[in-house]
Amino acid sequence: MEALIGAGPLLLQGFWVTVSVAVLALALASVLGALAAAARLGGGPVGRGAAAAYSTVVRGIPDLVTILIIYFAGQRLVNALAGAVGLEGVDVSAYAAGVLAIGFIYGAYLAETFRGAWLAVPRGQIEAGVALGLSRSRLLWRIAAPQLMRHALPGYANVWQVLVKSTAVVSVIGLSDLVGLALKVGRRERDPFTFMLAVLVAYLLITAVSGWALARAEKRLARGT
Amino acid sequence: MEPQLSVRNIRKRFGLVEVLKGVSLEAARGEVIALIGASGSGKSTLLRCINLLETPEAGEVSVGGERVALGAGRRDAAALRRLRARVGFVFQSFNLWSHMTVLENLVEAPVHVLGLSAAAATQRAEALLARVGLPDKAHAYPIQLSGGQQQRVAIARALAMEPDVLLFDEPTSALDPELVGEVLGVMRDLAAEGRTMLIVTHEMGFCREVASRVVFLHQGVVEEEGPPATLFGAPKSERLRQFLARVRD
Repeated sequence: MEALIGAGPLLLQGFWVTVSVAVLALALASVLGALAAAARLGGGPVGRGAAAAYSTVVRGIPDLVTILIIYFAGQRLVNALAGAVGLEGVDVSAYAAGVLAIGFIYGAYLAETFRGAWLAVPRGQIEAGVALGLSRSRLLWRIAAPQLMRHALPGYANVWQVLVKSTAVVSVIGLSDLVGLALKVGRRERDPFTFMLAVLVAYLLITAVSGWALARAEKRLARGT
Repeated sequence: MEPQLSVRNIRKRFGLVEVLKGVSLEAARGEVIALIGASGSGKSTLLRCINLLETPEAGEVSVGGERVALGAGRRDAAALRRLRARVGFVFQSFNLWSHMTVLENLVEAPVHVLGLSAAAATQRAEALLARVGLPDKAHAYPIQLSGGQQQRVAIARALAMEPDVLLFDEPTSALDPELVGEVLGVMRDLAAEGRTMLIVTHEMGFCREVASRVVFLHQGVVEEEGPPATLFGAPKSERLRQFLARVRD
C-alpha cells in the first residue's frame, strides 16, 4: 500500500495519458465516423465502397492487431520517408500511433451509429425547412444536427465506454499509460495485484463520470420527445 | 395585372410514370383554388413542384414576379430560396420541428431567411399564434399539442414568412375527424382576408364554400376547372362525374 502511495504521482501521470489518448481518439473517431457515414449516405460509388470496406475490415480484426499494424506501418513509413530525404530514422511515437489506431478503429463503429441516426431524422422536418427557404448549413445545424445527436447519443456513449477500455491495449506498443505504468511499477514492487486494483478503480472512475455526463446530455437532447 | 401565381407547362415523371403531363395554372391575388382529383392524379406532386420540393423536368413557376425556369441544368440556388420564401407550404403531416418550441418554430425562418430581428420575429409569432387561436402555446413543444393544434402552428409558421401564396397539401387528412373543423376554420379566415391559396383537399364541402375556383386533375392533366357551383353542380367531364359520385358516397 505504501508503495502504491509512493507511486501515486507516476500513476496519475499514466491516468492522464490514458484519458488524453481516449479523448483525442474519440475526436478523431468522430471525424472519421462522420466522413464515412456521409460517404455511405451521399457519396458516389467509390465513396460508398471505401466507407463500406473501412467498416467491414476494421470491425473484422482485433483491436490489438490494428494497433500493431498501424504502429509498425507508421514506423516503416517514417523510416522510408526519412531515408528518402537522407535522414536517419526516428522512432514513431507510441502516443501518436495509439491515438491514430484507436481513432481509426472506433471511427468505423461511429460511422454506423451516425448513419443510423441520420436515417432516423424525419424527412418531413427537413422538407419543411427547405420549403421555408432555409440555407443548407442552417438546415444541417439547426434542424438535422440536434435530432441526429439525440438519435446518435446512446450509440455514441456506448462506443466511448468501449473505447476508453480499449486504450489499455496501447501499453503493448510501449506507451506509458495507466495500465503500462501500473504493471511496470507493480512488478518492481512485487505487488502487481494491488496496482491493478488501483487501475480498476481509475477506469471505473472514468466510465462513471462520463456515464453521468452523457446521461445529462441525453436528457437535454430529449426535449420535445 | 400579372397573376400572383403562375405555373406553366409543368412536366414531372417518376421513373417511367409521367405524373404531370404539362400542367398550367394561374391564380390572381386573393384567389382560393382547390385542387381535387383521385389519388395518383398528380395533385400533391403539382403542389410540391410549385415550391420545388420536387424538381420538374420542364416548365416555369412564377410567384409575385419571382420567376424560375425549370428543367435540365443547374438553377440559381439563391433564386430558388427567394421563391420558396414567397411560397408558404402546409404539409399533411405538419412537419413541425420536434426539438424546438412552438415559438422557436415560428421565428426560425423569419430571422434566418428574411433577416428579421429576434424581437420583431417574436412579436410577429405571438400575433400569429393569437390569430390561430393558440396564444398560450408559445413555449410548448409540438408533441404536447393535438394534431389540430400542430397544424394550426404549422399554418402560423408558414404565415410568419408573409408569403405571397399559401399551398396546402391535404392539410386535414392526417387529423382525427373532430379536429378537422378547427383547421378548416383558420383556413376559412385566411381566405376571407384575401390570401392567395392553393389547396389540395378531399373536403368537398369546404371547397364548395371557400374556393373561388376548383381544378380537377386527372392522370396528370387539368381535366376540368371552373367555379365550384358549376363544377360540382354541372360537371362536363365524365371522369369528374365519376369522381364526384365516388367522393360523395
